[in-house]
Parts: sequence; structure tokens; C-alpha cells
Amino acid sequence: MPTVKFTYALRRFFPGLKDTPSKGNTLKEVLKEIETTYPGIRSYILDEQGSLRRHVNIFIDGTLINDRTKLNDSFNDHSEIYIIQALSGG
Amino acid sequence: MQKTILLGTRKGLIAYHFEKNKWKVENLSFEGAPVSIAYADPRNDTWWACLDYGHWGVKLHRSADRGKNWEEITAPAYPEGEEIKDGVPAATRYIWAMAHGGKNYLSRLWVGTDPGGLFLSEDEGNSFQLVESLWKHPTRKEGWFGGGRDQPGIHSIVVDPRNEDRIHIGISCAGVFETTDAGNTWEIRNKGMRAEFLPDPDAETGYDPHILVAAPTNPDILWQQNHCGIFRSTDGARNWIDVGEPEGPAKFGFAIAVAEDDADQAWVAPADSDMTRTAIKGAICICRTDDGGKTWKALRKGLPQENCFDIVYRHALATSGDALAFGTTTGNFFFSPDRGENWQTINNYLPMVYSVQFVA
Repeated sequence: MPTVKFTYALRRFFPGLKDTPSKGNTLKEVLKEIETTYPGIRSYILDEQGSLRRHVNIFIDGTLINDRTKLNDSFNDHSEIYIIQALSGG
Repeated sequence: MQKTILLGTRKGLIAYHFEKNKWKVENLSFEGAPVSIAYADPRNDTWWACLDYGHWGVKLHRSADRGKNWEEITAPAYPEGEEIKDGVPAATRYIWAMAHGGKNYLSRLWVGTDPGGLFLSEDEGNSFQLVESLWKHPTRKEGWFGGGRDQPGIHSIVVDPRNEDRIHIGISCAGVFETTDAGNTWEIRNKGMRAEFLPDPDAETGYDPHILVAAPTNPDILWQQNHCGIFRSTDGARNWIDVGEPEGPAKFGFAIAVAEDDADQAWVAPADSDMTRTAIKGAICICRTDDGGKTWKALRKGLPQENCFDIVYRHALATSGDALAFGTTTGNFFFSPDRGENWQTINNYLPMVYSVQFVA
């Protein structure tokens, strides 16, 4: 079962956030599952059309995902899915 | 004068309260987050914060207790499959206007967004729906474009208090649109406006009204600080006349306010041309007309007159009774108790100010 890890920056909005195992087979399913654990979090990661927000990145086992629109990048049962913020602005 | 001022700033929502003849900070919320609009609904004193988290998207919060506690509401969202242009998915990029629906529609709220969608709530903001008739307007995909922002945006929503189904909106860049049936159908109201930046300055759409306001004493008198001058209409936006000064300073700028008790009295916050967008000759001034724009007077007493770079964003100049207040791009915040004749500094050290509103 892959584990989802989150940038500390999201704890500002979701104080109880911690590493979370997921049963999802695709990134979309994973994020849907995370949404049930942390209601509202999906809208911080994806826009309403389901695309990854411009300044949010997802790494799977240390590699940045390729498909920011359909989220079709694959992973395995032992993968770490890391949701992180891009650094920008001041 | 109302005794509270709400500020939306680049680093949070700040509420000032007037007591013992001084403005003091009553509340700071969302410290560090850009607040594109801080809005108080005068019907129920609910405060709204429109947040623009760069990383995490646009969020909407409301407070029933003057900012002590906030509740996150689902922000206006574009339905699946909607596109800004062919192949470019539409998502809410910025909330740029908020207006209540009036005393006959107590549950109604309007929200204007970048990339050009108007949203309506009929349940006090618990949910918002895209106003399809405007989104599907035949001019939108080809005749609207970004001005100041990358995509078109609705920054002005003016509800007529005599008939709350009649609404004028301002879009940069498209122009002024009017509905008389609560958003089912729309008419373009750009006659008399100029768009010097377009190949065809008399185009149907593509105009840049930086902000649109109506006179409270006569909502058929509308004013706008436009990219290409200061325009006024006396017939409900059917015809616009440039009432700015050809040589300035009352010419280019972003903000405008109209007196609550006089449809001929208005204030603008001049800026130096669209090329530089700074204070004119390094000096901050507010210009006032008392005669419907025939003449303008520059008001400078108490405002810094050298080495300034400030300009005033479109929602950052407000009036209440005899009082005026404005916040600037470099974080200065000024107050006048006497219609702009004399000015006091409230703060020199704020973040960039996006919105200013007097509230109860």
C-alpha cells in the first residue's frame, strides 16, 4: 500500500495531517481517498478541473510526476507519494 | 461615518476601528495570505475574506463575529469542461469582486472572478453557480482578454437598489455589461468609451473600465475610472462621456468613489500613465469633482509630496459620509475626515493594499 506524505505547509490548513497509507491504484484515486480523511484538501492540491495546481508538485519515489493534468503517473505498493509546494514569491 | 474599515492586503485581512478619535487595529486574520477582497455584507454584518493562496488556490472564508472565527466555504468553481478559450480549461484564478444581492434577496450574493466568470449564490454563499448566460456570451471567447491580469476578470458588480435584478458589471478587458433580469440576459454598455490600446478603438468589446460605481443617490449616474480616462453616464450606462482632465492629474488611475449624498461629487486617485504606473511626479494626491466631472481639484494637504511611488488599486479607495480612506501599493494608509480637504496617515507600514471598505 503506497504512503502519501505531505509538505508541512499544508498543516497550516489541516493541522492533523500525517503520513497516510492509501488503497488507491491511481493518483486520482489516492487523492479522492485522502479527501475523505481530510475533507477539503483536494481543492488545495487540484483545481476544479482536476489539474494539479501550478505551484504544487507531486513526487513519486523521488521523481516528479509527468502528467499534471490527468495524473496518470504510475506507482507500486511500496511507493512514497510526496505532495509538496513549489517555492515561489515573497 | 461608519466606524470600521476593512482592508484586504497582500499579507492578510486587517480591520481598523475608530475609537477615541483614533483608528486602531481591531482584527488581523489570515496573516501572510493575500486577501484579494475583504468584504462586509451590510445586511447581516458577515465578513468575507477572498484569499489568493498562490500555491493552494483561491479560497473563501466568512465570519459572523467580526473576524474572531472564520469558516471556509467552497469557493466558486467552474463546471467540468468549461474553457477560457478553446483548449484552455477554466478554473477560478482570483476573486476580484463581491456584492450582496439587495434587501429583497437576502440570500443572494454575487462574485466576480478571473478568468471572467460571474457567480451567483442564492443560499447566503453556501454554494455558488456560474452565471451561464454571461459565460456563454457570444463576445467572450474572442472579444474579452486580460488587462492587468493574464485573463479577463470581473472586478465590479453594481446592484441597482431600486430594482435588484438590474446589475451592471465591469470587466477588464471587455467593458460594461448590464442585466435587468438577474443575469439571464446581458446588454453591452460601452457606447462612448474609448479603447486606445486596441487596433479598432470603437470595438464592441475589449474596453478596460478599471472600476465601475454608481451614485447611491441616483443609480442611473454611473462613474468609472477607465484605462483611457474617467467616464460618467447619466442614463444608466447607455452613454458614457469622458470627464477626466486631458492633461491630468485626474485622468489615469484605478480607483473611484462617489459621495453617498451627491451624485456629482466623486474622487479619483491619479497615477502616472499606463507606462509607469507610479505617483505623479513622486507626489500623492486625490482629485475631487463637485460638479459631475466638469472641474477637478487636486487635494494634497497631509499627503506626502515627494519621493512617492504609491498608486491606489481599484478597490482601495472608499467613502462614508464625509470620510474618505485609501490604501496604496506600497502599504500606506490614509484617512480624511472632510471629503479629502485634509489627510491623516493611519499607517505607513502595511503590506500592499488591495481593498478598502467602510463598514458598521
